[in-house]
Amino acid sequence: MNARAEILDRIRSALRDAPAVPEVPRDYRRSAEHGQEELIELLTDRLLDYKANVFVEDAAAVPQRLAALLEGTVRYAVPHGLDQALFAAADVHDGGPARRVTDAPGHRLGVGELDAVDAVVTGSAVAVAETGTIILDAGPDQGRRVISLVPDRHICLVRAGDITAILPEALRRLDGTRPQTWISGPSATSDIELERVEGVHGPRTLDVVIVRE
Amino acid sequence: MSGTFLGMPSLPVFGIGNLHEHEPFPKAARRELGNTQLRANLGHATRTIRDKRLAVVSELPDWEELRDAGRAIKESVMARLPELLEQFEANFTARGGTIHWARDAGEANAIVADLIREQGADEVVKVKSMATQEIGLNEYLEEQGIAAFETDLAELIVQLDHDKPSHILVPAIHKNRSQVRDIFLREMEGVDPELTNEPARLAAAARAHLRRKFLSAKVAVSGANFALADSGTLAVVESEGNGRMCLTLPETLITVMGVEKLLPAWEDLEVFMQLLPRSSTGERMNPYTSLWTGVTPDDGPQNVHLVLLDNGRSAALADEMGRSALHCIRCSACMNVCPVYERTGGHAYGSTYPGPIGAILSPLLTGITAEENNSLPYASSLCGACYDACPVKINIPDILVHLRGEDVDSKRGKKKLPSQMDLGMKAASWALSSGKHLGLVEKALPLGRLAAGPDKKITKLPGIAAGWTQSRDIPAPPAQSFRQWWDKEHQAPAAPADATGPEAPGAGAPGTIETSNGSTGPKENP
Ligand code: SF4
Repeated sequence: MNARAEILDRIRSALRDAPAVPEVPRDYRRSAEHGQEELIELLTDRLLDYKANVFVEDAAAVPQRLAALLEGTVRYAVPHGLDQALFAAADVHDGGPARRVTDAPGHRLGVGELDAVDAVVTGSAVAVAETGTIILDAGPDQGRRVISLVPDRHICLVRAGDITAILPEALRRLDGTRPQTWISGPSATSDIELERVEGVHGPRTLDVVIVRE
Repeated sequence: MSGTFLGMPSLPVFGIGNLHEHEPFPKAARRELGNTQLRANLGHATRTIRDKRLAVVSELPDWEELRDAGRAIKESVMARLPELLEQFEANFTARGGTIHWARDAGEANAIVADLIREQGADEVVKVKSMATQEIGLNEYLEEQGIAAFETDLAELIVQLDHDKPSHILVPAIHKNRSQVRDIFLREMEGVDPELTNEPARLAAAARAHLRRKFLSAKVAVSGANFALADSGTLAVVESEGNGRMCLTLPETLITVMGVEKLLPAWEDLEVFMQLLPRSSTGERMNPYTSLWTGVTPDDGPQNVHLVLLDNGRSAALADEMGRSALHCIRCSACMNVCPVYERTGGHAYGSTYPGPIGAILSPLLTGITAEENNSLPYASSLCGACYDACPVKINIPDILVHLRGEDVDSKRGKKKLPSQMDLGMKAASWALSSGKHLGLVEKALPLGRLAAGPDKKITKLPGIAAGWTQSRDIPAPPAQSFRQWWDKEHQAPAAPADATGPEAPGAGAPGTIETSNGSTGPKENP
């Protein structure tokens, strides 16, 4: 018998008492009522707790904010689907678009190139205020998983309308089969005497720009 | 494949690998107790995580409802396991992944090694995984000439020091910062000789050490926290980003996962991703979770394999009472609240799985008859703290008691000879079956005085009773039994002082106890 058949056989045999399949009680919270300002406040609080940097901006002010955050970077990466207009101020500020590299289908940034940039700017799919979690699902404004991983600094845009209060609400907005990265603060470890250290292998700095629409 | 089981019920096939004690728990525990560094680190760690956990758990108004849902989901997974495995396989395969089935540790190791060789690689990066630790993958690969680099900081520390993990969550908790620095200075190539023992500096050294490996590795090996049957999706939960590195950069990804890790549907993730981080690190959410479904063109590994592991899980499942141990999501909450674990540490349990869950899971996977694991169910005070802490409500104390019973049964069955306990019980039932018998036994009672020394204490009993006298003395039995005393007291007024003894059934003897010959007891005492 091959391994597959044998294992399934063993399992069926183990279950010969035919245990009942219980009804799953789903009386935990599956949605929560919160106003948008409340959600922004809660998400901000959680992200600060994780030692992320948080900026809340009106949509019109985002290019200025990005320019300020990107000041001093020699080169930064963006996914092709992120609105180019967002970088108008940043690029003018430093004299030319050469410092912005775009990851696009047919023009993929290599790992070496990503390792050499100072920062990456991406959008996000949905956020969970209660847990301070930002979820990326590789949409065009977020790009491949690798681009938000290799650069040492991740600047992430979160639309206020994409913030949910609790996790079940967020999952209902997502397609589970897309590659996803859930981010709650920058990379961290507590492996040495339980002292928390931010930044091991993932980006050591996480800047979150919450965009009011 | 047909979903109906048609074959003969098979005997349970137990697991092999890093699942065994190397010595009986009491012996290992006694040695580990002498390790003051370990006890200090562990005491601090478990207390800290415990407090953090309580704080974030109390934030959720629906914590108990989440636990109930978690338990029910896992129960239904176990009940529907064959069907869910087939569903998962179909979805994972349809999206470009390849599934391999491994009956035991040896088979799983061989599959992984073959897959690595197929890629022409002789080294792999690894994200921390209980399953690969259980099957001893690193050691096996080393024998095969393949280097496996652990990339989780704590696992790296343990690996560089040629040591073993001692905690599921913080595997290097038994080492302090100076020890870590010494290990890095000794074992890490090209490390800054000025390295201090500051955790931030040490983490930076690990980052630099592994960065090149991540960026150049062709093959990665991982475990998985959850697998969703309805989509064929796998999930890995972590903190440092080393998981993301392994799951994103190399062309080939090989994941090893126990068959019990399935969840039926996407929506079930909302339950477990609330239960796991809070129970585990005491955080509202862990820094990173990665989800991938088969192969996504252009994103992440393009050659994706999953090894589904039995290794004793089907045997554990066959134990109706113990099968809920397979609900475990490896959060480590039970060890952080366990007074026994807090003092002995993880190494005393021998197996990959320490603490209360290890005390039930290891013997369930290997069979309680495995000599090496039969002391584990006794490694508990049965205080119940683990049950309270468990996010999926595994009733660990009940399973411990059940396994103790199995252990006693198995020993009895193995020896075939009646044990001392059996003989004792038989003797007791004979003695208690009639007053005549009891009287005879009582007559022998004063003989016990001979076993006691001049201080009128019995300090050492033989055989099964030895346990009683290991830490306490038993007072010597009285010179006469109650019956003897009763007879004497009640004869005196009924008969003349010169009577040599009662004539027949003693007058005034307690009605229900037959004392026909009870009055002829020894008269050595006035
Ligand atoms: S038995 Fe429960 S508490 Fe212990 S590790 Fe498993 S899930 Fe966590």
